[in-house]
Amino acid sequence: MASSLHTVARVSLIAMAFALGAYLQSRGLLTSILRHWGDVVYLTRQHLWLVALSGTLAIVVGIPLGVLMTRQGFERFADIATQLVNLGTTIPTLAILALAMSVLGIGAPPAIFGLFALTLLPIVLNTVAGLRTVPGHLLEAARGMGMAKWQILLRVELPNAAFVILAGIRTALAINVGTAPLAFLIGGGGLGELIFTGIDLMEPGMLLAGAIPTALLAILIDFVIGQCQYWLVPRGVNPLR
Amino acid sequence: MIRLDRVTKAFGSVVAVDSVDMEVPAGAVCVLLGPSGCGKTTTMKMINRLIAPSSGKIYIDGRDTSGIDDVQLRRSIGYVIQQIGLFPNKTVEDNIRVVPDLLGWDRKRSRARAAELLRLVNLDPAIFLHRYPKELSGGQQQRVGVARALAADPPVLLMDEPFGAIDPINREVIQDEFMKLQAELKKTVVFVSHDIDEAVKMASHIAIFREGRLIQYDKPDNILAHPLNAFVAEFVGSDRTLKRLRLIKVGDVMLSEPPRVRAEDSLDTAAALMEEHGHISIVMVGPRGRARGVVRLEAARGKKGLVAEHVDKLPGLVNVQDDLRTAVSTMFTHDVTWLACVDDDGFYKGYITQRGITHVLGAAYRDR
Repeated sequence: MASSLHTVARVSLIAMAFALGAYLQSRGLLTSILRHWGDVVYLTRQHLWLVALSGTLAIVVGIPLGVLMTRQGFERFADIATQLVNLGTTIPTLAILALAMSVLGIGAPPAIFGLFALTLLPIVLNTVAGLRTVPGHLLEAARGMGMAKWQILLRVELPNAAFVILAGIRTALAINVGTAPLAFLIGGGGLGELIFTGIDLMEPGMLLAGAIPTALLAILIDFVIGQCQYWLVPRGVNPLR
Repeated sequence: MIRLDRVTKAFGSVVAVDSVDMEVPAGAVCVLLGPSGCGKTTTMKMINRLIAPSSGKIYIDGRDTSGIDDVQLRRSIGYVIQQIGLFPNKTVEDNIRVVPDLLGWDRKRSRARAAELLRLVNLDPAIFLHRYPKELSGGQQQRVGVARALAADPPVLLMDEPFGAIDPINREVIQDEFMKLQAELKKTVVFVSHDIDEAVKMASHIAIFREGRLIQYDKPDNILAHPLNAFVAEFVGSDRTLKRLRLIKVGDVMLSEPPRVRAEDSLDTAAALMEEHGHISIVMVGPRGRARGVVRLEAARGKKGLVAEHVDKLPGLVNVQDDLRTAVSTMFTHDVTWLACVDDDGFYKGYITQRGITHVLGAAYRDR
């Protein structure tokens, strides 16, 4: 069932890619996209750099933050933080970038900070949610067998929450890659440069030269994390296996 | 050996456990029994300090547990809970290896131990070692739970309604298996239950709790025969004397060295033997003493011939190892007032009568 669905998806994806290629070729767009090849390679690298840096930062900060919020004595903060986070998600991304720019100036740092802030939220929320779904009796069994607190966290809580935490990272990075083009607006570079310049110059070839790699990157990263989810989460708690 | 010395636990102004004194001898299975909220679970959890006592001391083998690091203490005490609590992210093997790992055993040794324990709880290591908990049935999971608690061979085992979540049929089986295991391992077990039947079956000692107080602490038969007050009497049930049937073995009640005849004896001999003992029937045994059949007085009296020609089928047998409950049940099934008792090999060892059973059960009351 699932595999046949996969086949259908794969075949239709290939068909769509082919149709798109044929369409672009017929409009002469393919050549104009390829004209920007050098820029595409350079900017993709820059784009990835933005995503990797802000994403890694968000993971490194977000998971410990989520863990902290589920520790005894911090639960009250978790609720307040959740409210703040929910409030935070209502602020438009562009506003976050603008705010970051007004503090950090122009260039990559405010872009990275803005993307980091945006990516942090789902990671923290999912870490908290994942840890909270670990049943109390598992913690009791762990404590009763003589695990220290950090051992309970590393051997019981995190492995059992891993699937949900990785799902958070997956969502977060998808948002990150999709939002990264906005970094161009505050001088952060990336594939946004081609997209926005393409719009301004009304040059669809240039626009697509930025947009298509952005979309492909998003798909690629989603795929990579999906694989991580599949292979890294122990089989006993992995709904995919 | 576990000793509780005026152990009290108060949660705010609520006293959950009130000055409990008790001593569980080494190798005993002590069942803490009582209605929910009576303090039995709290009492148990104070032994491995999952709950710290408000006052009082707990000694294990003479050592004051408050002087031992909590984590170290818990590693030396097996712990089984009702929800089983196997870690779903770990295989059966890794679940069993949790405490050995914490104690720093080397991998080889703890792996061998996991396989050994699985065999001990009647699970085939080849099949189960590398499964995940979600791939096991409830009964299998709790077997692994017990194996996990035994992994580092702790002298003390705490069990919090361990078989409560298992369906009744499997529960009986697992209880029997555990008792067999316990007979071999002789752990000191503290077992929380709210089921009097389970307690009677498993316990060498029963402690009855009510509202945080230890009401009665005694051997199961004494609790059933002499409940201290109306609460205990009501808790153990109005059929408490029937429950005692479970505690007594057929071998302890039967009349041994019974009269018997052989196939080649004459009916005269049989009739004479019966009249001598005042019986209305007599068991015929085979050449080596196995119970084969029964001859009735009215069939034998005044007749010529051999026993073999007038023998009837025995209306049911009991094993000397069976408990009286089984004996009574067999009597009711066959509508008889006595049964021949045999050992595992079928040798005729004695007979048990309804009168004998009621006499033994009643003795506990007459002695008072």
